[in-house]
Amino acid sequence: MAFIDYYEVLGLKKNAGADDIKKAYRKLARKHHPDLNPNDKEAHKKFQQLNEANEVLGDPEKRKKYDLYGKDWEHSEQFEKARQQSAGSRRSYSPGADSGAGGFDGDDFSSFFSSMFGDQGGKSRQAKYRGQDYNAELTLSLTDAYTSRQQTMAVNGKNIRITIPAGVENGQVIKLKGYGAPGVNGGPAGDLYITFLINNDAKMKRSGNDLFMDTAIDLYTAVLGGEITIDTMAAKLKLKVTPGTQNGTQVRLKGKGFPLYKKEGQFGDLYVVFSVRLPVDLTDQQKELFTQLAALK
Amino acid sequence: MENNDLIPVDHFCVTHSIELSFITSLHQYGLVEITSIEEQAYLNESQLCDVEKFIRLHYDLDINLEGIEAIGHLLEKIKELQARHTHLQNRLGLYENL
Repeated sequence: MAFIDYYEVLGLKKNAGADDIKKAYRKLARKHHPDLNPNDKEAHKKFQQLNEANEVLGDPEKRKKYDLYGKDWEHSEQFEKARQQSAGSRRSYSPGADSGAGGFDGDDFSSFFSSMFGDQGGKSRQAKYRGQDYNAELTLSLTDAYTSRQQTMAVNGKNIRITIPAGVENGQVIKLKGYGAPGVNGGPAGDLYITFLINNDAKMKRSGNDLFMDTAIDLYTAVLGGEITIDTMAAKLKLKVTPGTQNGTQVRLKGKGFPLYKKEGQFGDLYVVFSVRLPVDLTDQQKELFTQLAALK
Repeated sequence: MENNDLIPVDHFCVTHSIELSFITSLHQYGLVEITSIEEQAYLNESQLCDVEKFIRLHYDLDINLEGIEAIGHLLEKIKELQARHTHLQNRLGLYENL
């Protein structure tokens, strides 16, 4: 647990007045508030620090304790006991009025704060609040995303079993209602937002619900036509190659692409792009035949 | 009225310790929709997240309604741009390593 300089967090000097603290907190809170910086973890972290600094410096009693022990906060309890014994029945501080500052859900105080002040976060209004929303990321392979699957994931120590419908897209976010942080003062729980990150492990590329794959064919099949077998994500498919197929020719296979999200039985298209491979290391006989072909032209 | 998706505005204000006039102002600025049934005003449950955000912005950060309105538009724009960014990134992946 490291010492946190709350004055530095708020950009203040040690002799700052209550108004300066309030002003500095408000200014920085407006900059780093999570509502104004959605999905920005850094801003969220910074905001928690600000909240904590305000919680301490905005409360005269806490500020006094913080100023008194400073870097020796680890021994504050011992100091406090010794001081109380020597002072006899004399009370240490008269509790000041609730500063009223803060007002944010002051969860997740640093261990420094908790060890010094316990977990008492100040709340200016005892309102019921919906719990904080959680954000999580789930990485899937393209093959995984092709079929609906059930997956268990751990979110804040709780195991959640979710069904991921086939066809989920990279960057897509789904909301699980009520799986966020518990509400404040009996308010409803927040939601859990899961962002899917899809890694391409297949030899295909995906664009929306369509798939694109490169398939190599030899010169003879390209010139004379024939039949080849391709591996799609679902099965092996036989595909006819028409005579005279050019390099880069694209063939569309309707309904053989990626499944449509939450539309069972519906699929995008698969585009097969032919790449014609020219023969190398020709034998003398092959060279002779190519020469004859060239002469015929 | 049996509808689990509707929250009575007065009840909402009591539980959130806010004035009714704040919700009325949000409605006047077009930031929330209020459904009236038999002279009772309701908020739709789907708006809960946004309304609580507006409460925090107003009561905790001292941002007035004009500011909240502007922030609401900008956040909406950020959301759209993020969705567009993700879509374009996915499209770009198609041409990478060609």
